[in-house]
Amino acid sequence: MFLKTKSALAALAASAAMTTTAFAGDLVINFDDLNPGPKQAFEDAIAQFKSENPDINVIVNNNDREAHKSAIRNFLTADAPDVTSWYPGNRMAPFVDAGLFEPVTDLWAENGFNDDLAAIKATMSRDGEIWGVPYSYYQWGVYYRSDIFDLLKIEEPKTWDDLLAACAPMKEAGVTPFTIGTKFLWTAAGVFDYINLRTNGYEVHNDLTAGKIKYTDPRIVKTMENWKTLIDECGFVDNHASMSWQDAIAPFANGDAAMYVMGNFSVDGYKNAGLTYEQIDFFQFPEITPGLPRAEEAPADAFFIPTNAKNKEDARKWLAFVARPDVQTKWNSTMGQLPINSKAEVGDDKFLKEGFATLSTATGLAQFYDRDAPAAMAKAGMEGFQKFMLDTSTMMEVLTRLDEVQEEVYK
Amino acid sequence: MAFTETRAGTQKTSWLAKNKLNIAPWLFLAPALLYFAIYVVVPIFESIWLSFYEWNGLYRADGTSTASWVGFENYVKLWDDPKFWISLKNNVLWLVLYMLAVPAGLFIALFLNQKTPGMRLYKSLFFFPFVISQVVVGLIFGWFYNPDFGVVGTIWKALYCEETVNILGNATFKCSRAAPDILSSPEFATYGIIAAGLWPQIAYCMILYLTGLNNVAADQIEAGRLDGAKGWKMLWYVVLPQLRPATFIAVVVTVIGALRSFDMIAIMTQGGPFGSTNVLAYYMFETAISEYGERYGYGSAIATVLFLIMLVYISYFLWRMYQDEKGAH
Amino acid sequence: MFPKPIENSSATVRTGYQAFVPVALFIWLLPMVAIFMTSVRSAEDINSGNVFGWPSEFALVENYIAVFERSQAAMYLMNSFMITIPSVVISVALACLAGYALAIYRFKWALPLFFLFVAGNFVPYQILMVPVRDMSVQVGLYDTIQGQVFFHAAFQTGFCTLFMRNFIKALPFDLIESARIEGVSEPKIFWYVVIPLMRPAIAALAVLIFTFVWNDFFWANVLTQGESAKPITAGVRALNGQFVNNWHLVSAASLLAALPPVVMFFLMQRHFIAGLTLGAVK
Repeated sequence: MFLKTKSALAALAASAAMTTTAFAGDLVINFDDLNPGPKQAFEDAIAQFKSENPDINVIVNNNDREAHKSAIRNFLTADAPDVTSWYPGNRMAPFVDAGLFEPVTDLWAENGFNDDLAAIKATMSRDGEIWGVPYSYYQWGVYYRSDIFDLLKIEEPKTWDDLLAACAPMKEAGVTPFTIGTKFLWTAAGVFDYINLRTNGYEVHNDLTAGKIKYTDPRIVKTMENWKTLIDECGFVDNHASMSWQDAIAPFANGDAAMYVMGNFSVDGYKNAGLTYEQIDFFQFPEITPGLPRAEEAPADAFFIPTNAKNKEDARKWLAFVARPDVQTKWNSTMGQLPINSKAEVGDDKFLKEGFATLSTATGLAQFYDRDAPAAMAKAGMEGFQKFMLDTSTMMEVLTRLDEVQEEVYK
Repeated sequence: MAFTETRAGTQKTSWLAKNKLNIAPWLFLAPALLYFAIYVVVPIFESIWLSFYEWNGLYRADGTSTASWVGFENYVKLWDDPKFWISLKNNVLWLVLYMLAVPAGLFIALFLNQKTPGMRLYKSLFFFPFVISQVVVGLIFGWFYNPDFGVVGTIWKALYCEETVNILGNATFKCSRAAPDILSSPEFATYGIIAAGLWPQIAYCMILYLTGLNNVAADQIEAGRLDGAKGWKMLWYVVLPQLRPATFIAVVVTVIGALRSFDMIAIMTQGGPFGSTNVLAYYMFETAISEYGERYGYGSAIATVLFLIMLVYISYFLWRMYQDEKGAH
Repeated sequence: MFPKPIENSSATVRTGYQAFVPVALFIWLLPMVAIFMTSVRSAEDINSGNVFGWPSEFALVENYIAVFERSQAAMYLMNSFMITIPSVVISVALACLAGYALAIYRFKWALPLFFLFVAGNFVPYQILMVPVRDMSVQVGLYDTIQGQVFFHAAFQTGFCTLFMRNFIKALPFDLIESARIEGVSEPKIFWYVVIPLMRPAIAALAVLIFTFVWNDFFWANVLTQGESAKPITAGVRALNGQFVNNWHLVSAASLLAALPPVVMFFLMQRHFIAGLTLGAVK
C-alpha cells in the first residue's frame, strides 16, 4: 500500500475532499495562522491582491499552525493548493527532496529579490535552487524587566562579563536572573543557539546543524561551558522542566525573575500577564567572544508553490506580491513582526524597532536550532540541552550521545 | 462433496438447502471479518513490512512513495538506541509495578465484600476511577504533582516556605528547600505516572474480584471454617483457588494495560524529561508522527517489537482459552 | 462468603466498619473531590493560591459557562457523541452476527477465526497506527468523524465478538436445534430466537464500548489534525494548553469530559459490571 503508486486512490480522495473544484483563474492558497494579528494581516493582503488582480479568483484555506504542520504532508501530494505557507531551512528539506516544491530561482532573479531579500537567501536555498518567498520574520533576544533593572541600577549588558556581573545584584535582591520553561524543549535550544552564536559565530552554528562538526568539538564544548557559567552564576527558575514557555511568564510578570531569552511573539504574552511597555524592554544577547561578527536568530515564514499546483502562473504573481516592500510593510505592522524586504518599513512599536535594529545589522541570520537541524537531530539535541540544564555535570555525556545521534542522522 | 456437485445442476435449491449450515456461518461472519481484516489484521502485516523500510511518510508529486528498503537496519539501530532501551526498561517497570493493582484490587474487594446497607453504591463509587478517561486522570495527577501550584507545591510551601514580598512588592515564596518536581525528575517521573495509572487499574481489578467473590462456593468456605481455617490461611487455601479465573483476567488486563500505557504519558510528560519516561508505545508515536518524528520505518520497527512482546501474552491467553474450549467439548 | 460476614460480628465492629467505609471512599476518590472543588472555585481563589481551603465563593455555573464560551468544548462534546454512538452500534451489530456464527455453527474455521478476533483485540495500537493513518489519508477519511468511527467500530468488533460468542455459546442450544427441525430459516432463527435472548449482552456491551470509545485519546491524535473532528478527550488536552494556569476551567472541562461515561455507568451499572466480567470471568 505504501510502496506502490497510489495515484488512483489519491485522485479519488482529492475528488471526494474538494468541495470547491478549482478552475483556471482560481488561486488556492493554504495559510497557517489563525491568531488574530497574523490572520488579519493575511486577509488584508488577500483583499489588496484581489483588487489588484480582479481576474484571479482567490480561494483561501486558513488552518491552525499545528494542524497545518501535519496536513501539508498529505495535501502536497493528494490535493495540492497553488500556494502554501511553510518554513525555510531544514523544515523545507524533506519536501524539496521529495520533489514536492517548485523552485522559484528565476522569480527571484526577475524581481530583484537577490538583493532585496538577501538576508534570507541562504536559508531559502537548497541544492542550488531557491524554493520560496519569505514574507515575515521576528527577532530573538533578551526581554527584561526594566523596572527591576532600574531599581538595582543595572544597565543593559553589552558583554558576557556585564551580563554575569548584572546577575549578582539580582540574586542578592532575591530575583532569579532568568526565567524559562523547558517542558516543550525548544526554549532551551534558543539559549544554546545564542551562546553558540556568540561564542563561535554563524559558521559554526551552520556547520553544527548541517552535521559538519561534532558536538564534542572543542568549540561546542566551549559553548556548553559558557552555558554552565550562565547557569552557575546567573541561574534559571526552579522547576523549568515542568513549565511551558507561557507558564514561565508568571515568575517574570510577578517580578521573581528578571530576564527571558525569547522570540518577539512573547511580547503579547507579557501584555496579557498585565505588564506594560514601561516595565519591559529588550536587549541583544551580549557579546561573548570579542570582535566576532554578530549573527541572530530570525525564524522566517514563507510561501511556496507545490509541484502539483494547478495555477502556477498566478501563484508566482502572489509570491512576487508578498515580497513587495509596501505589502511587507503593511503586513508586518499589522501582525507585529518584521518585514524581510530591505526596502520595507518597520511598524511603530518599541520592540519592532529594536528588532529591526538588531536584525538589519546582523551579519548572519539563523533559523533556530530545530529548523536548521534535521528533525531527529533537533529532538535529540533539545532533549540533551534540557538534561544538561537540569544537571550540568552531564555535559560530556550529553555531547557524546549527540555525536552518536549525529552520526546516524546525517549518515 | 462430489455427491452434491453432481446433483447441483439439477436441483439447485436442494444443494443450497443441504449446504445451508456450511454457508450460513460465512454469511454471518463476512461483514465483521472483512471489516476487521481491513482495519486490524492487514495493518499488522503492513507495519511489520514497513519496518524494513526507511520512510518519512511522504509521497512524491506523482504519488509514488519515498520509502526505501533498508532490510534489518532499523532493528540494528534500535539495538544501539539508548532511548529504545530506556523505553523498554520503563515498560518492564510498568509491567512489574502495575501488577500491584491485582493484590490491591483484591484487598479492596475483600474489604467491600459485605452486605451492609448502601454497599452497592459504595462499590460502584469505588469503581468510579475506571470509568473516567485516562486523559482526565493524567491531568488530575499532573496537577497534584505540580511543584508550583499543585498539591505537592502547596504542601511544600506550608512546610518549607515562607511568604514574603519580592523586590517589586509582589507576594512570593522563599523556600528553604526547592519543592520536588516529580514529573521533571528523571528518577521519579515514571513512578509518578505509574502511581496515577494504578488508580483506575486497581478499580478494574477490584470489580473483577468482587464479581469473583460472589461466585465463591459458600459450602467450601464453611467446610474450611470447620477445618479451622481462617484469615490468611482461608484466603490462601480456600478462597484464592476459587478466584483463579478472576485472577487470570485481572493479570491479563493489567499486562495489556501496562503495555498500552500511552495516554497518561502523553498528558503528563510527553516522554520527558529528555525521554526518561518514554515507553515503547509513546516512543513509537513520537518517532512516527510527532513534529520531530516522521520516521515511519523506524517507528514501525518499535511497534513490531512491542507487538512481539504482546504476542507472548496473547499466545498465552489463547492457549488458556484453547484448553478451556477443549475441556468444554 | 469471605471474609466473615460483618453482621455476625460484634456491634462495635459493625459500626466501626460502617463508619470507615465512607472515609475510605473519600480518600479513594480524593483526586475527584479535589478536581470538583477546583472546578467551582473562582479565578481569584486560584490566583491567590486558595487551592485547598474552602472556596471563597461558588462559581460552578460561571466556570462551566466560561468553558463553553471560551473554548470549543461544545463542539468537542458533540464530536465525541458522533464518534462514539455509531461506533457502538456498528461494532455490536457486527459482533452479534459474527458471535452467532462462531458459537452456533460447527465448522473447522470457527475456533481459529474466533482466536483471530480475540488476538486482534489485544494488539498494541501502535502496530496499526501507520497503516491505518495512511489508509485514512488516502481515502479521504483523515481528520473526519467518520474516519474515527470506522476505525473504532472495526477494532471494537474484536472484543465484541469475543464477548458475544461466549455469551451465545452459553445459551441453550436446544432452542436453536428445535427451531431448525421446525424448518425455520437461519436468518430467522438468528433474529427471532437468538437476538431476544441476547438483549442483556447487547446492553452490557453497548455501555462498555461506549466507555472505551469515549475515552479514546490515542486515535484522536492519530486520525485528526485540526479542531473540527476532535473528541473531548483530545479537546481537553488542547484546552489545557489554552487555559494556562486557569485550573478551575481545566478542571471543569475535565469533569465535562468524564461525565457521559459516568452517567452511562450509573444508569446501566448492572449491565456494565456484567459486561466487564461476563466477557472476562466465566
